[in-house]
Amino acid sequence: MATPQAIQTGGGLGGLSEATRKRLQRKARIDVWFERVLFAFAFAVLLLLGAIIASLIASSWPALERYGLEFFTENRWAANVEVFGALPAIYGTLLTSFIAIVIAVPISFGIAIFLTELCPNVLRQPLSTLIELLAGIPSIIYGMWGMEVMAPLLRTWFPSVFPAGTGLATAGIILAVMIIPFITAVSRDVINTVPAVMRESAYGLGCTTWEVARRVILPSVKRGLVGGVVLGLGRALGETMAVTFVIGNNLFLNPTLTGQGTSIAALIANQFSESDGTQRSALLALGLILFLITFAVLAFARYLLRNSTGRHA
Amino acid sequence: MQTQMTPLYRRRKLLNRLVMAACIGATLIGFVFLFAIILTLVTKGLGAISPSIFIERTRMNGGGLGNAIWGTFMMTSLATILGTVIGVAAGTWLAEYGNKGLLPKVIRFINDILLSAPSIIIGLFIYAVVVVPMGSFSGWAGVLSLTVIIVPVVIRSTEDMLRLIPNSLREAAAALGAHRWWIIVRVCYSGARAGILTGILLGFARISGETAPLLFTSLNSNQWNFFNLDNEMANLPMTIYQNMTINAFIPDLVSLAWGGALILTAAILILNIAARYFSRQRS
Repeated sequence: MATPQAIQTGGGLGGLSEATRKRLQRKARIDVWFERVLFAFAFAVLLLLGAIIASLIASSWPALERYGLEFFTENRWAANVEVFGALPAIYGTLLTSFIAIVIAVPISFGIAIFLTELCPNVLRQPLSTLIELLAGIPSIIYGMWGMEVMAPLLRTWFPSVFPAGTGLATAGIILAVMIIPFITAVSRDVINTVPAVMRESAYGLGCTTWEVARRVILPSVKRGLVGGVVLGLGRALGETMAVTFVIGNNLFLNPTLTGQGTSIAALIANQFSESDGTQRSALLALGLILFLITFAVLAFARYLLRNSTGRHA
Repeated sequence: MQTQMTPLYRRRKLLNRLVMAACIGATLIGFVFLFAIILTLVTKGLGAISPSIFIERTRMNGGGLGNAIWGTFMMTSLATILGTVIGVAAGTWLAEYGNKGLLPKVIRFINDILLSAPSIIIGLFIYAVVVVPMGSFSGWAGVLSLTVIIVPVVIRSTEDMLRLIPNSLREAAAALGAHRWWIIVRVCYSGARAGILTGILLGFARISGETAPLLFTSLNSNQWNFFNLDNEMANLPMTIYQNMTINAFIPDLVSLAWGGALILTAAILILNIAARYFSRQRS
């Protein structure tokens, strides 16, 4: 019995045999180092973000220094005469994402309400799983489909609106198709957090399904829904592959809805590998702008979603 | 008692019908789009798939996708291994030690941002810090950019899964005299193993379809490159992209691209289903 002896010698490890004490001390040392190593990895995440911002600023500095504010006001991107204006790309990025959100939000909310309120129980699980699986399809597939199927269809059906089939609006529609599964999945999760009791008591008062959804469910999870939409917006803003195929790659500012245009991500994807010097630095500056825009949008989304349980990427 | 059909009641009922019809309509529209995509993939892709597509390398005429499939497999696997080590360690710290103070909150927030950061930015970052100093595009650069994308996914799922382990289990082990690292390794990990594995599989599925981060890191190649990660490495997404754009004038290559797209999507869906299967086994 080691215990009484341990108390006698002042507690701690005093009463244990030499070997046991060594072993315990070794384990305690491991304990300290275990936490230190884990912490180093966690801290690396912070460093990673710092490194991303720092490297983008450093490598885009030559262009930003040379063009200054002109970079944001010039309305064309002409590599041959070394005129680099970010305006067409920024306009394209914001417009296509806006179109995507306008189309995707009503459809996604409609699907989410259908899945949570109307859907027969047999179908609920399979349809939800299908939505989640579709959210995993790589974006390049959406881009290929847009170019090969949707653009020709738009050209045949609405030749006056889509003379070429491709353009900013086409890119917006493809982005909408891409983020619908994503926004739907988040919305469904958020709506499912509403306690059944609330729903049932509203039905008990004689509300119709729509009144329950509109007056009880939506107000109580408004924040989470908006958070899901903003998260979808973040995706749309930074999307490269779904957009590059169908946006038209017109490097002059074309302030229309359906005209040919470009976006930041599409412009970088198209020109980066064949660029050097100032052009490369200007493209990196575009990347920095895109990162800052999405950072702000995603931070806002996380702020709204901070109490929700959604585990989506 | 008979329900009185007052005008108000009728209006509410009508509105309800209209909105619910709209919801069903939205569901139909959504699924029509998504089925159209799957249908296109299958009809255009199935014709290109034959045993030789897996064996032959990419060429300007004919050929297969063997080297691209191998390259994608190689780079995503390495990135997943690296990402698992980093992600599980960081996620464990957040779940087990990150309960007080500002720093864990900040790290968690930054991780959530990185989780949805545009993948083309990650490509630019790796270009600036790896490709430029090394002087050439390389498989390692591709692996690193994919690692940066998978790490936040693994961190998030590791932390979430470890938080599901009840504290009473940790306390019970501590009461028996176990050290904290021993508790984490033996008690927490064994309980959260299935969930963490699910997260890793989902991350693996996600990075295998990423194209944008490979554009300026691993680039592409039409040669077999088995293990030489210092050189440019062929990969499936880039091959599809190039076949659909700069090589789009060659019908054979476009058809190969659709075959590749079908293989890629099928692989990703299978991985997702496997991940779902693992997480169901847990509960």
